[in-house]
Amino acid sequence: MVHQVHLMKVLAPDVARAAKPGQFVIIRIDEQSERIPLTIADYNVEEGSVTIIFQEMGKTTKQLATLKAGKELQDFVGPLGTPSDIEKLGTIVLVGGGVGVAPIYPQAKAYKAAGNKVIAIIGARSENLLILEDEMRAISDELIVCTDDGTKGHHGFVTEMLQKLLERGEHVNRVVAIGPAIMMRAVASVTKPFNVQTIVSLNPIMIDGTGMCGGCRVSVGGITKFACVDGPEFDAHKVDFNLLMNRLAVYRNEESISLKKHECTCRGD
Amino acid sequence: MMAERQPMPLQDAEERRKNFNEVALGYSEEQAVAEASRCLQCKDPKCVKGCPVNIDIPAFIASIAEKDFDKAIKIIKLTNALPAVCGRVCPQEVQCEQYCVLAKKGQPIAIGRLERFAADHESNMGIEPPKKATPTGKRVAVVGSGPAGLTAAADLAKAGHAVTIFESLHEPGGVLTYGIPEFRLPKAIVRQEVEYIKKLGVDIKVDYVIGRIKTLDELREEFDAVFLGTGAGLPNFMGIEGENLNGVYSANEFLTRVNLMKAFRFPEYDTPVKRGKKVVVVGGGNVAMDAARCALRLGADEVSIVYRRGEDELPARREEVENAKEEGIIFRLLTNPVRILGDDKMNVRGVECIKMELGEPDESGRRKPVSVKGSEHEIEADMVIIAIGTSPNPIIFTGSKGLKSTSKGTIIIDDSGMSSLSGVYAGGDVVTGAATVISAMGAGKLAAQTINKYLSEQ
Ligand SMILES: Cc1cc2nc3c(=O)[nH]c(=O)nc-3n(C[C@H](O)[C@H](O)[C@H](O)COP(=O)(O)OP(=O)(O)OC[C@H]3O[C@@H](n4cnc5c(N)ncnc54)[C@H](O)[C@@H]3O)c2cc1C
Ligand SMILES: Cc1cc2nc3c(=O)[nH]c(=O)nc-3n(C[C@H](O)[C@H](O)[C@H](O)COP(=O)(O)OP(=O)(O)OC[C@H]3O[C@@H](n4cnc5c(N)ncnc54)[C@H](O)[C@@H]3O)c2cc1C
Ligand code: SF4
Ligand code: SF4
Ligand code: FES
Repeated sequence: MVHQVHLMKVLAPDVARAAKPGQFVIIRIDEQSERIPLTIADYNVEEGSVTIIFQEMGKTTKQLATLKAGKELQDFVGPLGTPSDIEKLGTIVLVGGGVGVAPIYPQAKAYKAAGNKVIAIIGARSENLLILEDEMRAISDELIVCTDDGTKGHHGFVTEMLQKLLERGEHVNRVVAIGPAIMMRAVASVTKPFNVQTIVSLNPIMIDGTGMCGGCRVSVGGITKFACVDGPEFDAHKVDFNLLMNRLAVYRNEESISLKKHECTCRGD
Repeated sequence: MMAERQPMPLQDAEERRKNFNEVALGYSEEQAVAEASRCLQCKDPKCVKGCPVNIDIPAFIASIAEKDFDKAIKIIKLTNALPAVCGRVCPQEVQCEQYCVLAKKGQPIAIGRLERFAADHESNMGIEPPKKATPTGKRVAVVGSGPAGLTAAADLAKAGHAVTIFESLHEPGGVLTYGIPEFRLPKAIVRQEVEYIKKLGVDIKVDYVIGRIKTLDELREEFDAVFLGTGAGLPNFMGIEGENLNGVYSANEFLTRVNLMKAFRFPEYDTPVKRGKKVVVVGGGNVAMDAARCALRLGADEVSIVYRRGEDELPARREEVENAKEEGIIFRLLTNPVRILGDDKMNVRGVECIKMELGEPDESGRRKPVSVKGSEHEIEADMVIIAIGTSPNPIIFTGSKGLKSTSKGTIIIDDSGMSSLSGVYAGGDVVTGAATVISAMGAGKLAAQTINKYLSEQ
């Protein structure tokens, strides 16, 4: 799609048939691979296909990026997680950062189809990293584009435009924000003073995605929840983002060992 | 004088604490025959009553004594589809062996070890492919591929029904695959048992979460009957301070990483697991023993079990407690964690515990532990594993109406194994709460029988 962000359509008719916005799949590339969660970015029941959009982060996503069309994945489990609660509320602001625009897209479509006014704010570090701009524009009543370096749209963070939107007196019934934890935390603190209901989709480290390991636990309103079954969407104003970010970093050393090993074998030394 | 019970040959404790190879090596032919020859061949064999699947114990033991090992395994397989597993992990001391007449003198026949011997002998010789039954045209869905689901599926396939197993993980076997470690139950054995069940014609669909990809209601429409063997896989936490610190695992997560995802072979396998130096495991059951012994094998300097009751109350298999002690696991009994302590980076640095003493018996009949005031103390730790039990996973209930459960989340069934929904049966840990492999198998068997009856009346 753009630099280090890839779109993949996977033939999985049963998953496509059951998928709803807000849900994700867990994939395993081969016998040695980790299980990694990826949001369902789109699905087509007639084709029996599920679309995933992912960003190269470490070993698994980099390896996934090298797969050629027609190749089979060892495992593709889903749909997992509780679907988004889509209803007619009035005006919805959807905020997507980086590859977080991918999971925002099916929700924007669904909110629009339910009869809401949809305002989307999407952002990336730079123009060449921005995804789904045309698709988002086609379904939004208003689309605001931001880049950190000013190469496209507003020069700055998505939160600045959200702040302006709320300040201009737009009556917003709900904000949905998906992106890096640090962005979601910032969105939560922007909307808090305006008292706007805000929903975020959390991305803790997962294994099974069915509630049997507890590895994905997050703290919401002081209560421990398993993001893969109780979520992944939660009330942003109650989420303990520090805990989330801290737990996301648990395997930093191991991740870099894996990546180094992968890059070595790719180069063949 | 009566001959002594044959000891189980074990991998040396110093060696085995560094590897994941099987600890118990199995009887040699001579040992098996010698052990089998001790059996009194009782007219009214009490041992059989202790076996939840009623194996004809004296008969198979007599065959071993006569060196007719093929006959021995045939007798076992009449009632038990997973002998290589049961012979290894059954808590024999409270089942068959407890009832053996020789148990009073502390020398019961080693029934489990003989069962394992017969099963291993067969797999070395090559397993005879099962005969296919004439099809009945009925379709049965089995949800979950643990011992309950596998047993039910095998019996239903033998009766001629078309059976499909739906399993949410990427490998079948349930706890046998993701929970019990390689050094106690080699995965090759589980795979072999699964292959046998596939040869019976059972179709196994992995990566298939019922409640998500399809609901129970949809299965009921597609199939003539459904068996739920979804286990008790949801980990309980204590709800104490510090449980979400980095370095705190549920036993399920830790064991899944190590066994199912093979993190003990990282980076050859991609899934990582923390390798703690000083590890505290909370709990006293099989799960706690397995977690502790895995942590040791991953290179820990010190692993301790923290358990709130005493030695006699440890729910784990006796043999595994002994094995764990031999490997150097420290037992801190009558001790309970109060909170988990973290450093400024939110990593675990220790556990604050309190001493316990045993008071009056509680509703389970066991003496209730009560804390001793002022006995708080700190145990240094960089990793904590919580193994205090599991509950049924509620995901199966999603999008399905009318399936009744208890306040503990276990599915309610009647004497025949049927749930509150007609044509939907359940058994194993999802009904009883966390129990044993053999009781789950017993439940799978019973349900298969009643499903047969139900389908023949349809
Ligand atoms: C519900 C959910 C939906 C997601 N949807 C998307 C998506 O649509 N597109 C996308 O690009 N990314 C998505 N992610 C994140 C994606 O799962 C991680 O980027 C991926 O696992 C990284 O794996 P890696 O081996 O390439 O990188 P690693 O080097 O292993 O890790 C890079 C970072 O990813 C995180 N991570 C590592 N392993 C896991 C794991 N098993 N589960 C979750 N996070 C992990 C860690 O925080 C780590 O810092 C989602 C995560 C969750 C929980
Ligand atoms: C670490 C550990 C050690 C143990 N050691 C011993 C021992 O030494 N001896 C002994 O007798 N017992 C032991 N036990 C207990 C024993 O393993 C269990 O009692 C037994 O496995 C229960 O069998 P089951 O078939 O009911 O469930 P499980 O083995 O739990 O299998 C249930 C299966 O259902 C699947 N599932 C769940 N929900 C769904 C869904 N919605 N859709 C599809 N699939 C689903 C799960 O993924 C799982 O594979 C141990 C348990 C553990 C965790
Ligand atoms: S299945 Fe278990 S209880 Fe029955 S005879 Fe074998 S070891 Fe004993
Ligand atoms: S009770 Fe003991 S001695 Fe008697 S038949 Fe059973 S195993 Fe043999
Ligand atoms: S990923 Fe295991 S419980 Fe959520």
